[in-house]
Amino acid sequence: MKMNPKRINYIFKQAFKSMWRNRMMGFASIGSVTAVLVILGFILVVVLNVNNIALVAQETFDQIAVYILDHVEDEQIEEMGKAFTQIEGVMGVAYQTKDYALEKVKEDWGEDAFLLQDLRNDPLPNTYIVQLTDVSMSDEVIAQLETFEGVEKVRYYQDAVNTLIRISDFVKKIGTGIIIILLLISIFIISNTIKITVLNRQREIELMQYIGATNGYVRGPFMIEGIMLGLLGSIVAILVIMFGYNYTMDYLAGRYLALLSGMSGYMVGVEMVINDLIIIFMTIGIGIGILGSLVSLKKFLSV
Amino acid sequence: MIEFNGVTKTYKKTFTAVKDISLKIDKGEFVFIVGKSGAGKSTLIKLLLREISPSSGIITYKGTDINKIRKRRVAEYRRNIGFIFQDYRLLPKMTVYENIAFAMEMICCQAKQIRREVPLVLSMVGLSDKAKSYPDELSGGEQQRVAIARAVINKPETIIADEPTGNLDFETSKEIMKILTEINKRGTTVIMATHDREIVDNYQKRVIELKNGTILRDRKAGGNENEPKEN
Repeated sequence: MKMNPKRINYIFKQAFKSMWRNRMMGFASIGSVTAVLVILGFILVVVLNVNNIALVAQETFDQIAVYILDHVEDEQIEEMGKAFTQIEGVMGVAYQTKDYALEKVKEDWGEDAFLLQDLRNDPLPNTYIVQLTDVSMSDEVIAQLETFEGVEKVRYYQDAVNTLIRISDFVKKIGTGIIIILLLISIFIISNTIKITVLNRQREIELMQYIGATNGYVRGPFMIEGIMLGLLGSIVAILVIMFGYNYTMDYLAGRYLALLSGMSGYMVGVEMVINDLIIIFMTIGIGIGILGSLVSLKKFLSV
Repeated sequence: MIEFNGVTKTYKKTFTAVKDISLKIDKGEFVFIVGKSGAGKSTLIKLLLREISPSSGIITYKGTDINKIRKRRVAEYRRNIGFIFQDYRLLPKMTVYENIAFAMEMICCQAKQIRREVPLVLSMVGLSDKAKSYPDELSGGEQQRVAIARAVINKPETIIADEPTGNLDFETSKEIMKILTEINKRGTTVIMATHDREIVDNYQKRVIELKNGTILRDRKAGGNENEPKEN
């Protein structure tokens, strides 16, 4: 189909005219697209971060921590260390006194370490760090470690990592469900907006069809209107996510700096995801717009 | 040029609007289609515009079965036909000039061509001085003349007019008829549905009379009847 400037001009003029005429419905449409995308963005960001934390943590924590009860004598602790190395699947062990553990926490907390100064009893246990030869042996090793007398607790961070991965899977599944429902809702809202436009211009459209106007002329304005609504919704959503993400990060950093200082390395910066988000959001926004228009046109333009 | 061959249209399987209609309209003819409301005039026109499809039978336009035209080509087919409505259907927010130009813009034309041809058509229907008026500033007869100008601007081979004088008094109707006759003289086929007896009697044209969805009579132009006239 040839696209002369006059035709394009007409199509866009009609689209903007009717967008202005139905601006309330237009706002509702844009709002619904924005809502879908912001929620999608939120879910994506959460999943991305949880996944990232899990990934980083997986590399960092392939060790088993064995907490020793406070009353256990030094000699016995030494004995235990020797016994641990004998277990199949253990590569080596390292001993960390409770004082050392505290120092390390202070180091991690940096400037905020003064918060720990008033701590009377060192709450951290003496700990053996057990390095595995093979992660797949972890279950057997843990089972054996737990049988030793004087062992308070065996912590394996891989469990925590697995929990994180489970959480992110869960968020993904629930998120997908919510997104699908919201997508359908916003397609419905857009198709209703377009429907109003179609009804407003019914006489004109009928006339066009009698005259023998090409489909581009008849459908073009509605498609453009739908696309514009979807696009505007996605732009608002991108802005919301961009500023919302930074604001949330700043807020959390200001409030829970100590906790986050350890985590900050694991968080994904907004600048790393924003390019992908822009592409995803615009595609989905425009997609919703096109689908919404098509639904309406199919229903109301049959002559 | 236009041929109906045993065409029947049944709505919702119970109501038969037209029944086994066969007729042939040659290029350049002027044909009245008459009959009371519900006789099948509108159905006949809708079938011809391919707004609806027949339940059975074949309608051909210049040898092509119009119901075999693909959906996306229907617009192209309709450009062969200029359509005039009883209620004019002018777009109220456009001037007379813009209403006519609109029909050209929808289909093809360069701005230059539009600027050249719209005034010609306006002068043909005698409304050169009303180009900048809006439809609600015009009388019914004038509005219908604008509608005729819009229907002929793309030079269709056929004009279909559905009760074009239905809302007009006799004097004004005569003006409309004069323009339609003029268009017909230039070679355009004109099919006009009407139940205005006075008009039909005043112009010695072919008359196809419908009753209950069938052809009651088909009187050739000049008064020779194919079938006995009913009084």
